[in-house]
Amino acid sequence: MDITALSALLAATIIAGTPILFAATGELLAERSGILNLGVEGMMLVGAAFGFISTVNTGNHWLGILAALAGGGFIASIHALVTITLRGNQVVSGLALTIFGSGLSGFLGKNYQGAPMPYQFKPLNIPVLGDIPFLGPVFFHHDAMVYLCIIIATAMWYLLYKTMWGLTIRSVGENPQAADAVGINVARVRYFCTIAGGMMAGLGGAYISLVYAPTWQENMTAGRGWIAVALVIFALWNPTRAILGAYLFGGVEALTFRLQTMGINISSFFLAMFPYIVTILVLVLVTIRRRQDAGAPEALGLAYDREER
Amino acid sequence: MPKLKLIKRENESTMARLVVPVLSIIMAFGCGWIFLALSGYYPEVVFTKMFNGALGSPYAISETIVKAVPLMITGLAISLAFKMKLWNIGAEGQIYMGAFAASGIALALGNGSPYILIPLMMIAGFAAGALWGLIPGLLKAYWQVNETIITLMLNYIAIYWVDYLVFGPWKDPNSMGFPLTPIFSPAAQLPTWGDSRVHLGLVLAGIIAISFYLIVQYTRWGYEVRVIGESSQAARYAGMNVARNIMLVMLISGGIAGIAGMVEVAGITHRLQQGLSPGYGYTAIIVTWLARLNPFVIIIVAFLFGALLVGGFAVQIVGVSFSITQILQGTILFFLLAGEIFLRYKLVLVREEAD
Amino acid sequence: MKAALYHEGVVNLKQIPVIEMKGINKRFPGVIANDNISFRVYPGEIHALLGENGAGKSTLMSILAGLYRPDSGTIKVQGKVVRFHSPRQALEEGIGMIYQHFRLVNNFTVAENVVLGSGNINWSINHELIEKETQRISQNYGLKINPAARVHQLSLGEQQRVEILKMLYRGCDILIMDEPTTVLTPGEVKELFQVLRMMSRQGKSVVLITHKLNEVMEIADYVTVLRRGRVVGDDRIENLDEGLLTRMMVAREVIHSQARRDKQDGSMILNINNLEVKGDRGNTAVNNVSFDLHQGEILAIAGVAGNGQKELVEALAGLRGVVSGSVKYEGEEIKNHNVKSRIASGINMVPEDRIGMGLVPNLSVIDNSILRSYYKEEFYSGWLLNYKRVRSYTDRIIKEYDVFISDSRHPINYLSGGNLQKLLLGREIDQGPRVLLAAYPVRGLDVAAAEGVYDLLLKERDKGTAILLVLEDLDDIFRIADRVAVMYQGCIRKILDVEKTSIDEIGSIMVGAELTGV
Repeated sequence: MDITALSALLAATIIAGTPILFAATGELLAERSGILNLGVEGMMLVGAAFGFISTVNTGNHWLGILAALAGGGFIASIHALVTITLRGNQVVSGLALTIFGSGLSGFLGKNYQGAPMPYQFKPLNIPVLGDIPFLGPVFFHHDAMVYLCIIIATAMWYLLYKTMWGLTIRSVGENPQAADAVGINVARVRYFCTIAGGMMAGLGGAYISLVYAPTWQENMTAGRGWIAVALVIFALWNPTRAILGAYLFGGVEALTFRLQTMGINISSFFLAMFPYIVTILVLVLVTIRRRQDAGAPEALGLAYDREER
Repeated sequence: MPKLKLIKRENESTMARLVVPVLSIIMAFGCGWIFLALSGYYPEVVFTKMFNGALGSPYAISETIVKAVPLMITGLAISLAFKMKLWNIGAEGQIYMGAFAASGIALALGNGSPYILIPLMMIAGFAAGALWGLIPGLLKAYWQVNETIITLMLNYIAIYWVDYLVFGPWKDPNSMGFPLTPIFSPAAQLPTWGDSRVHLGLVLAGIIAISFYLIVQYTRWGYEVRVIGESSQAARYAGMNVARNIMLVMLISGGIAGIAGMVEVAGITHRLQQGLSPGYGYTAIIVTWLARLNPFVIIIVAFLFGALLVGGFAVQIVGVSFSITQILQGTILFFLLAGEIFLRYKLVLVREEAD
Repeated sequence: MKAALYHEGVVNLKQIPVIEMKGINKRFPGVIANDNISFRVYPGEIHALLGENGAGKSTLMSILAGLYRPDSGTIKVQGKVVRFHSPRQALEEGIGMIYQHFRLVNNFTVAENVVLGSGNINWSINHELIEKETQRISQNYGLKINPAARVHQLSLGEQQRVEILKMLYRGCDILIMDEPTTVLTPGEVKELFQVLRMMSRQGKSVVLITHKLNEVMEIADYVTVLRRGRVVGDDRIENLDEGLLTRMMVAREVIHSQARRDKQDGSMILNINNLEVKGDRGNTAVNNVSFDLHQGEILAIAGVAGNGQKELVEALAGLRGVVSGSVKYEGEEIKNHNVKSRIASGINMVPEDRIGMGLVPNLSVIDNSILRSYYKEEFYSGWLLNYKRVRSYTDRIIKEYDVFISDSRHPINYLSGGNLQKLLLGREIDQGPRVLLAAYPVRGLDVAAAEGVYDLLLKERDKGTAILLVLEDLDDIFRIADRVAVMYQGCIRKILDVEKTSIDEIGSIMVGAELTGV
């Protein structure tokens, strides 16, 4: 492989990792507050559909991004209501969210099936840095969303570990009784994290329909939401590790697309399986190396009821 | 000011257990109604179409049963895993694997006797589905690897595997480019009921439901499953082998879902093809949860959801996307989850004295 | 006793109470936890709230701390009527409660736990600063603690100090402590009482929820006694004595089980040698433990919880693998025998977790009654469970062991602690054990229920069963046991004849004091 192909591959890696990183960062935030939301796939799809439809109709992709945020946040709030206020089973509610989100996006997107996205994000032209050979094309020729994503993920790390807010959020996920006893409103924190997490999943979805594969297809996220959920485990609930993991998965995906052009003769169906197989292997390796609950918030998946005796 | 407050019940309410699911379905349809109206459709037209398409004629009902059969079998498969709090959401992949293995037998042994061929296909379907369930079961039992994500990832792999076969090596040369295998010989097809497409799979679903009920409620192993599902510590204390049972349950759960795949190819499509299951594996999760894991209730709920699927196809004629069924399914599940709090709590009006 | 319902003028006429609760009512499903309770605390007072388990003490204080809301009644703080909707509001009024189960975040440091939710820090956390601040307060009150340590590394006594620090950091004037000495060694109790006296001197009030009379006599200025949700008396400590308080608490003469009897030498049934067992985290939980157990004796294991007692019992019952050493039952090596074969040879066990291990939550009483015998032929007709037989078996256990149940088809979750324990103990004893292992069998039970459990155990002992009993209450050990083994950091430090030792001696071994003359 020559150097141009390699830099193109690495650039594609970053692009492919971006939607997963958005979604994983959001899921990480929700799980840190103790809410397991398996509906990431559904939230991404709704974000993708909302983002696509409003961009096409308004001609402004930033309005599309806003719509995706709203869509992801909206359906995440259903999960929040069901699991926080009504103490429903988080696993099943997450599955319901996936089914619901997939249905809603399919319903709304029906008339746009296969339509191209006319208003795309333009890659930024970063002076000086962009002109560095090799590194320039790999890191500095991307659209604004790529950088926004890295900024959000990094800010998430700072928020969780260096601020009072982060301490509060983590305490709610670790031990809601303890948080409640010192006057923290457990439900409010969990609502905030779940909905914010949904908004980020929505962003991830919109990135796919606006930038990564600029079109609308039913179920176009193709399991990336689930990969994001796996990534949170891989990252041991730490945003910096999630950044690494997301680009690792992005690399697998980018490589999948390029293998054939590189003259390696494997059926495209096997290549398509590749990211899922890698996800399984990574998850197994991470879990075997450490215990499953290593790093997991202690109250993850558990409803909180103050008067539970 | 009077205020609504949730108060814990002293005993789980039997009344609520009946009312909540029924109300969930009604309210979900209510939401669907509003949603359709807001989207510019005429809900009464859509829902009439849906009802007639699913239950309006003997033919419609037979089609609903056809769609309900895989939901019944898959729902039962899932219920066993859920009983042990193993979140097997890989039934979709297990269906595909079962269908693949059964098709392999049917295509390879073409013209044998049906009395040999059908059982062989069933065994193969079970084995392939079981393998697909055993992988996450093994990982869970020995290393506590999260089964939710593994089973889901395996779905995608199974679907691409079948795609590979029907686009590639197993493709019917006379299919004019469609991704399907040649049609099975009549010996590899399940007998049907009269002129309808209702096939032997319905009887099979009934047999599985009865056996599951007996096994779970009345056998030593069933007792182990019930105890492990509630508390693995108590199971350890009773001397039960938790790891072995996790693997066994995932194996059987996957195997039964594999049989659903076998039944679908042998009873309905008579060939392996792309998009064999329109998400039966996911819909069955809702069926199972709605039925509170009770095998007989699963049969009934699966029928209702079969109607929802058939109705969903019917409304496409009036221009409504099939996705409406998914929206309704998700909404039913949300209402059900939300309603479950009323099994444990009751809502009372509390009067707070004025300050 | 002439029980003055209010103690106006007793403490100081000029002072107004910091806390005044009036006519408090609170119902839980099936129980009236607080029935028209009135309660006052004055500044600088150490006030004991005394009563049996289930008398309503914790509920009353949880209401004061804003955790529960009363069905009716008023609360005044410093003379001002308040209505708490959450613990935060109570904290803002200076009321802090330390629960029996600590509310600490295990993965956080001491300092992080102290500042959590305090609102004193707005955005960014400076760890050095909060640790210094924590250090400062802890020194003021003589609370020894390392502010940078993570809570899960701390002993229960140290964790309690973190809880106290949390409250002091928030400027609490009223500290409520729920059974604070349960998790402490005798030495730690003394330290805690010093801290409480220091707080009292600085004008802070302390409410101690307790059922231990000797502690009340030692530390309290004033006592309020609750029984079955009602105040049955209150007075200054000078006007009270232990006998009076006991009668108020239980309203009947407590006939303590007649435990002592002439010691008889039963033959050795269990012989444990150099046993090593791993804990859940792969740590060595039981290290080089050796002892014998004889027929017809009760050997008690004393020690601070978490020193390997649980793992030892689980290993003997076959629930946990043995790393090395030997377990001989009547001379036969059984360390590799599984649970079922140990049950068959007569080794039974009552685990620490009643619901969750000993009994299966959400399953019926009937299902639970066969948890440890579900595989036995007698319950089956062919392959299938014969519920008629199971049911008559259940009914027999219920009757014989006096379990109070409205319907045995209901899930066990709705049974009281005492009934759960009777069912559990009955089920194990009914199998005719030759060795009975029991971990904390009276934890959380009221006096009557606890006596019931002890009676059953003593009866078993008299039948010749060898009993290994893990207990936390040293008084009970001296009442019930024949010998006591003290566990510390996974080792048995010493085995003593109960008649030849004292609480102080055991207390000092429990915390790892160097043994002299061994």
